[in-house]
Amino acid sequence: MLDKVTKQKLVVIGNGMAGIRTVEALLERAPDLYDITVFGSEPYGNYNRILLSPVLAGEKTVDDIMLNTVDWYEDNNITLRKGETISMIDRRTCEVVTEAGERVPYDRLLIATGSNPIMLPLPGKDLPGVIGFRDIYDVDRMIKASTDYRNAVVIGGGLLGLEAANGLMKRGMNVTVVHLLDTLMERQLDPVAGGLLRKSLEERGMVFKMPAQTQAILGEDRVTGVRFGDGTELAADLVVMAVGIRPNFELAKKAGLYCERGIVVSDTMQTYDGRIYAVGECVQHRRQTYGLVAPLFDQAKVCANHLAMKGFATYDGSVTSTKLKVTGIDLFSAGDFAPGPDKEEIVLQDANRGVYKRIILKDKKIVGAVLYGDTIDGPWYFQHLRDGTDVSHMRERLVFGAANLGDGGVNGQNSVAAMSDETEICGCNGVCKGAIVKAISEKKLFTLDDVRAHTKASSSCGSCTGLVEQVLAFTLGGDYSAAPKVKPLCKCTDHSHDDVRRVIVEQQLKTIPAVMRFMEWKTLNGCHSCRPALNYYLLATWPGEYRDDQQSRFINERVHANIQKDGTYSVVPRMWGGVTTPSELRAIADVAEKFNIPTVKVTGGQRIDLLGVKKEDLPAVWADLNDAGMVSGHAYAKGLRTVKTCVGSEWCRFGTQDSTGLGVKLEKFMWGSWTPAKVKLGVSGCPRNCAEATCKDVGVVCVDSGYEIHFAGAAGLHIKGTEFLTKVETEDETLEVIVALTQLYREEGWYLERMYKWCDRVGLEQIRKRVVDDIANRKALFARFAHSQQFAQTDPWAERASRGVDRNEFAPLAELELA
Amino acid sequence: MTSWIEIGALDDIPRLGSRVVRTPGGNIAVFRTESDEVFALDDRCPHKGGPLSQGIVHNKRVTCPLHNFVIELASGQAVAPDEGCTHTHPAKVENGVVWLSVRQAAAVS
Repeated sequence: MLDKVTKQKLVVIGNGMAGIRTVEALLERAPDLYDITVFGSEPYGNYNRILLSPVLAGEKTVDDIMLNTVDWYEDNNITLRKGETISMIDRRTCEVVTEAGERVPYDRLLIATGSNPIMLPLPGKDLPGVIGFRDIYDVDRMIKASTDYRNAVVIGGGLLGLEAANGLMKRGMNVTVVHLLDTLMERQLDPVAGGLLRKSLEERGMVFKMPAQTQAILGEDRVTGVRFGDGTELAADLVVMAVGIRPNFELAKKAGLYCERGIVVSDTMQTYDGRIYAVGECVQHRRQTYGLVAPLFDQAKVCANHLAMKGFATYDGSVTSTKLKVTGIDLFSAGDFAPGPDKEEIVLQDANRGVYKRIILKDKKIVGAVLYGDTIDGPWYFQHLRDGTDVSHMRERLVFGAANLGDGGVNGQNSVAAMSDETEICGCNGVCKGAIVKAISEKKLFTLDDVRAHTKASSSCGSCTGLVEQVLAFTLGGDYSAAPKVKPLCKCTDHSHDDVRRVIVEQQLKTIPAVMRFMEWKTLNGCHSCRPALNYYLLATWPGEYRDDQQSRFINERVHANIQKDGTYSVVPRMWGGVTTPSELRAIADVAEKFNIPTVKVTGGQRIDLLGVKKEDLPAVWADLNDAGMVSGHAYAKGLRTVKTCVGSEWCRFGTQDSTGLGVKLEKFMWGSWTPAKVKLGVSGCPRNCAEATCKDVGVVCVDSGYEIHFAGAAGLHIKGTEFLTKVETEDETLEVIVALTQLYREEGWYLERMYKWCDRVGLEQIRKRVVDDIANRKALFARFAHSQQFAQTDPWAERASRGVDRNEFAPLAELELA
Repeated sequence: MTSWIEIGALDDIPRLGSRVVRTPGGNIAVFRTESDEVFALDDRCPHKGGPLSQGIVHNKRVTCPLHNFVIELASGQAVAPDEGCTHTHPAKVENGVVWLSVRQAAAVS
């Protein structure tokens, strides 16, 4: 460890959320790099400013909202100088100067001075009883006033003003909100949603005066009222100014740093002085300033990355969403919803239910959303907005939300606020709402990843992710759940799946260590998430050249069987197209008896599953099955699993084509191929669709005139019918299209991303263009698949049963008989 | 007193992999890291008893194949926020030979 003398000095001005989040992120990346000193004007540790509204409303206490107590600073060897304000930055000598005149040197400086409430320059603005709404001190004064006085006026009908008004009303005051414009929260809401909000707040007793301009604050020793532009007056014992915030950059400006509406920073969060960084509400990045918490977290991460001298992250700006923290009112807004000539709108309005939804589209993508009354799908729309998903294929159902697209949560439950604490949110891991809420508040969790790590909710199948995000938003009252815009492959890297795949090709990287070195992996050997992903990407990119890394494969793919809860394995031999013979069945029966296999079961994909096989018996079981002509069914693989068929024209009186034969042909061509996630096919001989082809990854429905090819279906975590891809006339064409489609998925899919998710992300039209319309491209894709099959179609069972591959894997290293 | 038992050659365990040693008290998983250190743990995840020997090894940790608990090889502790601990046994490599000293778990639990 470096001692204090040789360590570089990092001084942080501002002890708020942005500054401390940056310090936390820095400690994660480089815990020993700096000797850190934090200056904060307020006499507290770091607290969650977003939650001041619930404190004012009496729903939380100041202790509830503390994020980092004084002990935290001590534990991390950070010098906290609370209650001390910096009055000057001396860039020439690299020192900051405190109000008391003390000079403190820095090697790197981080400015996180946040913002100040705007105090309108009205006559009487300095009277006692006129306050802003920014910190614990303001809240204390408001709470005190609510016990001593009756009438409050809040100037400003934005987010902050309404939250202040709601809090004061809950504390028993008569509250009038004065707003300059005729729409409440006009930056987040359109007039319709603003009207609904006003109506519901009025029902709770809030009074509005709008549009109205405040002209003067009246009173001599203390405020007694306000006068408006039209000459009317209103009695008031307390006036809260909540008209907005202004980035606090006086200090930076005095130091000669370039400022416009905030401190101007680059994509690396540096000011014009490279030693000085700035994050949070005080900065201006690409002409934007932000007053919400999610962007601060994004900025903090990037800033910490550079302070830690890892130097590769960049901040590209954030899209933000807002939720009003007034208990009982559901309101969500995100993105850009101002009308425009190139924008389209989808609106749902149900006055009786008090529901209003407006989705704004541009170029087939969601660019904005305003939800009132039913906000369950807020995070879902927001996800698509940030990902830039092409939503044209679900456009007609879009306004009804995720649940109507088969993407919803548990048992159709979808109003988190209404759920009891005992309601199970995560069905995989049995996690109830109460447990999640408790973990969020007690362990100070902020992100979906935090919640997953601490509670296991949403960490298995992920279908409850939307609900968990709702619980987060509901508990924290903010927009914390915002996942980064571009998801990193895993926690070992900041790079996305797409980045990794691209760099592997561009840089001709051919081993996992080479990828990790080149892309500056943060961990020594990666982890259980990234290693299998990299192994797949290398295998799919360099067929025949890349040497498969067994130690980077999940156990099932290493031992070619499925691990069960007791550590035994299940074995599924391949039955082409679901067709078997008496001799195969006899061999399976013999194997089951010979090895005392406890359970024999038929699978959903028309195969026979032998469950409870001991690991050391696997090679012998396979040898017997091989002798009867059977090979691995790859029931364990992220690869081609099964082709399910119906009997088709060979037997069925309705059959139009030989669906069984086609299924066998497809399976014989495609078996052994590795894919991003499992791939299941189905071939039905007529539109009665007995093989259930239209909920498979790829499905063929035979008709009299040819073959309809469908894909991107699912019938597991999500239920989703397939999309129609194209119709062709011959079996050969069917094979060519399906193989080309699979190859495109192999080349573009993210590891563990099922075909329907890939289609959602890339867009049906994009895929159809390259697989159906562009025939040369289709043939090229087909050729690449065929090339890679030369190396893939070796029965892994035979290799292990009779050719001694991985012999060590199946035998113990030693057997000890201890005394 | 530590009594060491020779259990095999280092090269019989794959790098970033594991082999099992059978004992009357249950299986012990012997792990080999990228830098050829060896660690021995009971082959049972503290979560639901999954066989750790079948997991993916990364740095000095292994991920249980059943539910992705991550266990520190040196201490047997689950990596936070998961909780739990697997019994460890001293293990060492000398001249390419792996030695194990079985520590009875009964005294501990």
